[in-house]
Amino acid sequence: MYEIVKKEWLHEVIFLIEIKAPAIAKKIRAGNFLVLRMREGAERIPITVAEYNREKGTVTCIIQVIGQSTKLLATLEEGDHIKDVVGPLGKATEVEKYGTVGIVSGGLGIPLANLVAKELKEAGNKVIGMVGARTEDLLVWEEEMSQYCEEMQYCTDDGSKGMKGFTTHLLEEKIAELAKEKKKLDMVFTVGPTIMMKFVTQITKKHGIPTIASLNPIMVDGTGMCGACRVTIDGKIQFACVDGPEFDAHKVDFDELITRLAQYKNQEKVALDKYEKECGGKHK
Amino acid sequence: MTEETKERRVHKRSEKTPVKTKMKEQKPKVRVKNYLEVPFGYTEADAVLEAERCLHCRRAFCQEGCPVDIDIPGFIDAILQKDFKNGIKIIKETNVLPAICGRVCPQESQCEAACLLGKKEGWDPVGIGRLERFLADWEREHGVTTPEIAKSTGKKVAVVGSGPAGLVVAADMARLGHKVTLFEAFHKAGGVLIYGIPEFRLPKKILAEEVETLEKMGVEIKYNTVIGLTHSLDELFKMGYNTIFLGTGAGLPRYLGIPGESLNGVYFANEFLTRVNLMEAYKFPEGSDTPVHIGKKVVTIGAGNVAMDCARTALRLGAENSYIVYRRSINEAPARQEEIHHAQDEGVEFHCLSSPLAIMGDEDNNIIGLECQECELGEPDESGRCRPMPIEGACFDIECDTLIISIGQRPNPLVPRNTPGLDTHRWGGVIVNEETGETSIPGVYAGGDIVTGAATVILAMGAGRTAAKAMHEYMINEK
Repeated sequence: MYEIVKKEWLHEVIFLIEIKAPAIAKKIRAGNFLVLRMREGAERIPITVAEYNREKGTVTCIIQVIGQSTKLLATLEEGDHIKDVVGPLGKATEVEKYGTVGIVSGGLGIPLANLVAKELKEAGNKVIGMVGARTEDLLVWEEEMSQYCEEMQYCTDDGSKGMKGFTTHLLEEKIAELAKEKKKLDMVFTVGPTIMMKFVTQITKKHGIPTIASLNPIMVDGTGMCGACRVTIDGKIQFACVDGPEFDAHKVDFDELITRLAQYKNQEKVALDKYEKECGGKHK
Repeated sequence: MTEETKERRVHKRSEKTPVKTKMKEQKPKVRVKNYLEVPFGYTEADAVLEAERCLHCRRAFCQEGCPVDIDIPGFIDAILQKDFKNGIKIIKETNVLPAICGRVCPQESQCEAACLLGKKEGWDPVGIGRLERFLADWEREHGVTTPEIAKSTGKKVAVVGSGPAGLVVAADMARLGHKVTLFEAFHKAGGVLIYGIPEFRLPKKILAEEVETLEKMGVEIKYNTVIGLTHSLDELFKMGYNTIFLGTGAGLPRYLGIPGESLNGVYFANEFLTRVNLMEAYKFPEGSDTPVHIGKKVVTIGAGNVAMDCARTALRLGAENSYIVYRRSINEAPARQEEIHHAQDEGVEFHCLSSPLAIMGDEDNNIIGLECQECELGEPDESGRCRPMPIEGACFDIECDTLIISIGQRPNPLVPRNTPGLDTHRWGGVIVNEETGETSIPGVYAGGDIVTGAATVILAMGAGRTAAKAMHEYMINEK
């Protein structure tokens, strides 16, 4: 059992939990993820870590309430326990001194990009953050991330914060701006909605900028055992849980990933309806 | 005639019945609607009747056919004397998990293949597996005695993976007085016994009881711990473990390399079975939050035990048609005959001599069918089985909306990848000294599928036993 030592709502549908898991906190790095199982009978869900504290032995995750499992997780309060927490899973981010690195991140991808920004900065990179969400309220953890970024650009679909538009626009503008000064992005890291990563990748491909994408396929075990998380990289099957979750974005088959993510849409709805009926809508 | 000579008397075939005592089982039409175990097992009377078929050969060929050298004549004698308590004691001297082995061992290619009675046309061998299962179940009903534990040696053993090999090492080491910690990546113990083998073939209750016995013997189980990631082998040594056993199994699916393997509705056997068995997706949405997609027409590719498990599970989940597609003939199928018969009885349809060419999908990336190539048998290949040769121009399609790829597993790469100095074969298996299970790192042993690639439960248990012996010697000689 793993205790939730802190819980905080960041938005109506987004919350933060800090979990006591010393063995994981000791080793976790940017790029790694966890698998959680809330209670007996619950699903195993992969969750990325936004922050860790090695001294306290805790890891912090930021979660958006979407389906039945995240709703269930949202009902847990400080002092409650999560039945199972596994990690750190996956390969850590390959951090080197690349030069100028753009991090393009959307929605709940922003907290996930936080650790990457931190490690890239520590490795001596100049980090430029380009982050976006539907609306200002949904921009979370961007301030934490900004401390590792030399420059931070914002956008929202409705223009409530920063530029009105998408992160792809921020990226194109940044590339153009740097080009005027005869500079360039040496590397782009992207994490967020798959469709966003797909379009970010199209842009960086055009400009020949090496790009890493952090993929989020459906997983079950998270240890390379089942193959649920397979993604096609350069025409070959790879398992995101052990070969990733970060891959050379220019080689990722994003269209396939998008359809694979929708595999259980109907069942997800059944589970959610049943859960909501059970708790009579008393939870968020 | 004294008691002793009477026992040793070699019996005559003419005194025996040619067929095995029947084991009652659920009717196929009933069982495809539930997850309960298919055979009910022998009664005491059935067991004695079956034991009476033994020829009492002077040389125990059956025992020679057993990978862990169980004293088969000894336990058959105990059954004849109705001393079931002694019977199970004899088995447990060499096999700590008889309730599991009695159910999942391929006896027809081991002990029962060696049985003289079955060598004659039209004669079945003694039902050794059924008798083993009977004794184990008898003990479970009459109360399992926790094995005696030797005085503490003060040594600590880390067992990585709680599958068949790991369970045996943990039991053996605990019995010898070592302090054992069993590290398991999942939230439940058992490895392939829990995620792979379905409830209707191995009730999880049996496994849970075996694990409980281990805990009573002082074995500590640490769940949710992925060795290689949560802790490295180096860290385990630093934590004070004197020896480490790697039994991480063959958890890495093989795939076909044909178009369409990532379509929606296509599963690797491991994912399909893990969802259904470990995560209990058959109870979705009432008792489990994990879903599984099951179509009306389900194709399973492959003809091993795992493939039979998938095809039979599909029927229980409500598939209208469940097909096996296999490139060789049924005679080459690696599955146990009993599993094939069970599948056939339940209505699984076999498309043999059919090699998959491509999986077909619609514009939304959902599977709609499988294109196959008809084959005929050619010369035997390196496995000794006849090679399937394509018949030119003979292709056909099978319409299906779920497809399960069950063509084997490779060793799980997590520990080797994250352990410098651990030597492996090119195909991923950990290299060991076969006599001892020792790896290239002193104090680290390995056994089971991580060494051999996907094999059987009993071979993994045998390897575990070998390693446990060597680990014990290593530790008592350690300064």
